[in-house]
Parts: sequence; C-alpha cells; structure tokens
Amino acid sequence: MTEINKDPLLSVRNLGVVYETSQGPVHAVTDVSFDVQENEVFGIAGESGCGKSTLIKALLRLLPDNGVATADRCDYRGSALMKMEGEAFRKEILWQEISMVPQSAMASFNPVYRVGDQVVESIQTHRKASRAEALERASELFDVVGLEPGLLKSYPHEFSGGMRQRAMIAMALSLDPGLIIMDEPTTGLDVLVQERILRRIREIRAELKSSIILITHDIAVIAEMSDRIAIMYGGEIMEQASTIELFENPHHPYTLGLKNAFPSITTMGTELISIPGSPPTLIGPVQSCPFAPRCPFDDAACHAANPAATEIAAGHVVRCVNYENSAQFRSLAKEKSTWLS
Amino acid sequence: MVVLELDRLSCHFELTPGFVDRVIKRKPPSYIKAVERLSIAIGEKEILGIAGESGCGKSTTCSMVSGLLDPTEGDIRFRGKSILGLRGDAIKDYRRSVQMIFQDPYESLNPRFRTVDIVAEGPRALELWDANEIEQRSLAMLDAVGLPSGKYAERFPHELSGGERQRVGIASALVMEPEVIIADEPLSMLDVSIRAGILDLLREMQAERGFSSLYVSHDLSILGNVADRLLIMYLGQAMEIGPAEEVIRNPKHPYTRALIGAVPIPDPRSRRAIPNIRGDISKPIDPPPGCRFAPRCPYADASCSNTFIEMETGAGTLHQAACHRLAEIDNAGS
Repeated sequence: MTEINKDPLLSVRNLGVVYETSQGPVHAVTDVSFDVQENEVFGIAGESGCGKSTLIKALLRLLPDNGVATADRCDYRGSALMKMEGEAFRKEILWQEISMVPQSAMASFNPVYRVGDQVVESIQTHRKASRAEALERASELFDVVGLEPGLLKSYPHEFSGGMRQRAMIAMALSLDPGLIIMDEPTTGLDVLVQERILRRIREIRAELKSSIILITHDIAVIAEMSDRIAIMYGGEIMEQASTIELFENPHHPYTLGLKNAFPSITTMGTELISIPGSPPTLIGPVQSCPFAPRCPFDDAACHAANPAATEIAAGHVVRCVNYENSAQFRSLAKEKSTWLS
Repeated sequence: MVVLELDRLSCHFELTPGFVDRVIKRKPPSYIKAVERLSIAIGEKEILGIAGESGCGKSTTCSMVSGLLDPTEGDIRFRGKSILGLRGDAIKDYRRSVQMIFQDPYESLNPRFRTVDIVAEGPRALELWDANEIEQRSLAMLDAVGLPSGKYAERFPHELSGGERQRVGIASALVMEPEVIIADEPLSMLDVSIRAGILDLLREMQAERGFSSLYVSHDLSILGNVADRLLIMYLGQAMEIGPAEEVIRNPKHPYTRALIGAVPIPDPRSRRAIPNIRGDISKPIDPPPGCRFAPRCPYADASCSNTFIEMETGAGTLHQAACHRLAEIDNAGS
C-alpha cells in the first residue's frame, strides 16, 4: 500500500484475530490493513458477523480471553498499541487518545448514577481535576453535543435514546482524544434523531479536528459521513477506497451486491436484489475468498486461495482475483438473473 | 373492494395518578392518546405502508387490528362487519383471517419447536384441518417460502440464519390462509444483503395468494419500494396519506417533509437540506385537539392546535395531508 500521507494517525497492517472455541479456531479478522489520517472520518461497513466489532475490540485491546490479536503493525501516532504494557495502554491511550462510543448507549450508562457523575468520573480517572473543574468540563461538553448542561443532574432513564447517545458522545469527547471510534452510533434511533446526531458529529469533527472511525451496516449513513470507506466481509476488508471512488467505481462483487440490495429513497421503483446464501462461519483456516460461495462471478482461482489485497489505484484496494474484469461485473451485477443463477 | 376499514379508531391509555393525588387531591387521571381518530380503508390486494417515529401509534394500531387491544373509541370493520364484540367461532375466524409477521425472528420462534411444528401450531390450535392435512400444508408452506421441507422441516430455530427464521415466521402466518397480513418491521433485524430476498418473497406471496397487507416500518426507503399507499403518523395522528411514490416525491405536510428530508441517501454526491423543525418528540399526554405536530412546526400558528382535521381515507383516495396551512406552505415554495 502506498503511503499518501507520511504520518497517519493510526496505521494498521495485517491485523488478525483468532478466537479459540470448542468448535475450533474462528478467524474473526484476517489480514486487515488500513490507515486513518488526521481529521478524517474512516467508515467501516459490513453486515453482522463480518468482524467489524472484533476489529475495534482488538484495537482497544478489549478482546475476551479466548481471542488473540496479531499484527505486523498497529501504530497510533508512532506508538505500537499491541506492544504497550497493559497499565500504560489503559492510562495513556484508552479514552485519552482513543475513545469509543459503544453500540448501545442505552445500556452503557450505569442506571443508578447521575449522568453528570459518570462523565465526571471518566474525566477524573484520567486527569488531575477537581470535581468542580470536571463538572465545568462536562457542562461544556454537553453544550457541544446540544444537551442542556442542567441535564447533568439527570439519571439515564430520564433521557430519550437520542439524548443518551449524545451524552455518550460527550463522554467520548471529554479528554480531547485524537481518535473516536463510533460503533453503530445511530442504529435504533428514529430518522429525525439520527439526522440531528449525524449533523452534530460533523460539526464536532470540523471543530475539534478529531478523527473518527465510524462503524455501521447502514450504507447511506456511511456515504454521507465518511471520507474513506472499507467494506468488510468474512473478517476481511474486501474493498477500500475514498467514498466517491467506492460508490462510482466499485470493483469487488460484494460491494456491487451491497449496492444492489440497499434501498434508496431517491430511486424508488428500482428493484432491490439480494445476495443469495449466508455469511461464512469463519471456523478453520482461510483457504479461499470468503465471498466465493455467494459470488456470481467465482471461478476455480477464487476457491483455490484467499486472494491478496491489490492496490488498483492510489488508495483503492481490492481483494478479488478477478478485479480486472470489474467493468464487466458492474454491468452484469445490475441484472437480477446474475445473482440468482 | 374494501377488506379492512378502521373508522375513527382511537386508543387512549389511562395514566393513574399517585395515591395522594388520586384520593386526597382528587386529581382526574390523564390519558396518553396513543391513536386518535384514525380512519383508513385497505383495499383488496393492497399494501398499505405505515411510517412514523417511535411513539407514533403504528404498533398500537397493529395491536388493535389484530384484536390484541380493544380500541377506546371507533370501529374496525372486516369485510363490512364490525369485529368488536365478536365472540366464539366468529372471533376465531377473524383471528385466522388476520395474521402477523413479527419484527424479531430471533425472539418470535419457539426454540423448542421444529420448524414444521412452528408452522403447524396455528392451524392445530384452531383445528382448521385434520392432523394429516395440517402436516402436509405446513410442509408445503415451508417449500413455498423457499425452505425445502426435506432439508428444513426437522430443524430447530437455532439451526437457522436470520433470513431463514424470518421465512419460517412468514410461513406460519401464511399457512393460516389469511386475508390480511400485518407486518411490523419485518426486515429491521435482518442484514442488508438478505432483506431484498424477504421483500421479494412477501411480494410474490401477495401476488399469488391475494391478501392485503399493513406494512409498518420506520424505514421510508423500504416503504417507498414495497407499499402501494403510504400513511404517515405522528404522535397518534394521521399526518398524510397517498400513493407511496407520490408521498415520498412530493410530500405536503411539514412533518412528512422533515421526515423524508432526514433519510440518508446512499450516494456521496447528494446533499440533503436540513429538516426544518425544532424540538423533540414528546408524549401525547392530554394533548390539545388539533395538530400534534404544531409545537415543532415552522409554519404553525396558535390556531393549528385547536381543530382536528379529518382526512378522507377510503381505499384508493387521493394524496392528502392533515395540515391547516397547506396553501401557505405551497406559496412559500419550500
């Protein structure tokens, strides 16, 4: 992969995660490489079981005991995340430098403490600050995310889903991290609430210059929010490119399939086409392209070996042996019969 | 012909005040008006989409139609006959005619039943046919929804993927030979790549068997794709109704405009306008009689909250919006 920017904020090379289970090793993430630049929104899209959540757990070193992560490189501003002492990682990186907005903000607050106290706690754990200073900071943050500072005194159950999500974002911002990982930040929220939160995230990014890794299954949200996108399937990044490039010049059959299957309010009447079959179980070593069993364009080579990631243009990486035929794939993929046969 | 007709259907839930308020201060109870004077008629083979945010009354409406909840006021008529107060065989018959497809295929299937038994459970409970015929029809139904019975009949739900489970859910609704299907967010728990397949199945079955559907969803992109007509609800009131494409392409009501403007578009070059509303959704506790969207509406004035607008909502009626200020909004050209 060519380095566009010499100093990416986060640089990951050949990251793999294997879970030991009673049914054998599960290769949840395989050979994942990507960079996140300063002040960039990097989107990771994929369906359930594609490894996107495992990937961020590995980055934050929050894997369960049976999960082992290996990587050739996993650097945040030059420091190797995987090699740091656990204590140092928790104190210096976690929340200070890399914070996270978890998937279910509903369940992420302790129901018996006031929201404000929980924000204050997270500030005081990492910084020397008096309670008054921390509260001051907390009300500033509430202001940033569009909540009344008076709400700091409320309990989580008094918040609506959208308010809780915004409070969670405030908490993630509390120590001015360089990178915020947002895991499905608007899933389960109503469209109007989602709209407001996405707009707020855009404003925060413009103001605070933090980078964001945005993880979602919603192609529309990722199209609107991200600068670059990685499409994951079966634990691997299938295609990675700038957002415009990915939407206008997609190469991987899975990307084409996802685009077909996703409804858009602007193109009613165009038929949606599903991808037949179901995702791989990822048990055992990876010996072929994980998408091959569902791919309408598969041939012997796809089943013989796992294709390597190829950079076909600056910053556009595709993991498909037949990427040279993508022009043909693009026209065929629009026909429903292609996917059914 | 009209299959199902809701006539000024209302559902109010009483909020009982605390002991002191009730007994000593003699406060009257307040009411959550979950659905307010909703009139709508569903025609033969029609797919009516209902869209709205949480708390708009779409699920309450489904519960009333399926007979799980009694309306406070109004009437539900099935093929011209009121279903309220039906007893004995008549209500059993109605329950067979109206079947639901549930949102969460992970929760709605009994984990201890084989798929064939899940499908056969309804007909067995209502003793629709003899045991042998129920078995045969259930197996045939599994085949019809794309789960070859030879392979799938003996499986348990945990051996199925999400899409396969939802197919079992659809089979167990359709085996009853219903005339109306109520689908409450049937796709929201499924992955994008398999949603289209389930949608196709629903459409195919509809064409083959000719039932009518109430399709409830918060996802306007999907509703625009599947529904014939679209009803937009807000806090228990109908805001707008019309042919689905017409409502989405040319929304009239300020709420519908905001809602449609908030839907993200999977195209990085498109830019949406910022929805022109203020505040947050509230709860319809003892609301004023008029438009419940008025407090958030950029066009509203004091009179909006005073009068309720009733729409003409028979099957196949035109595109209408329950808004007092339609003419002014059109002139503003926004």
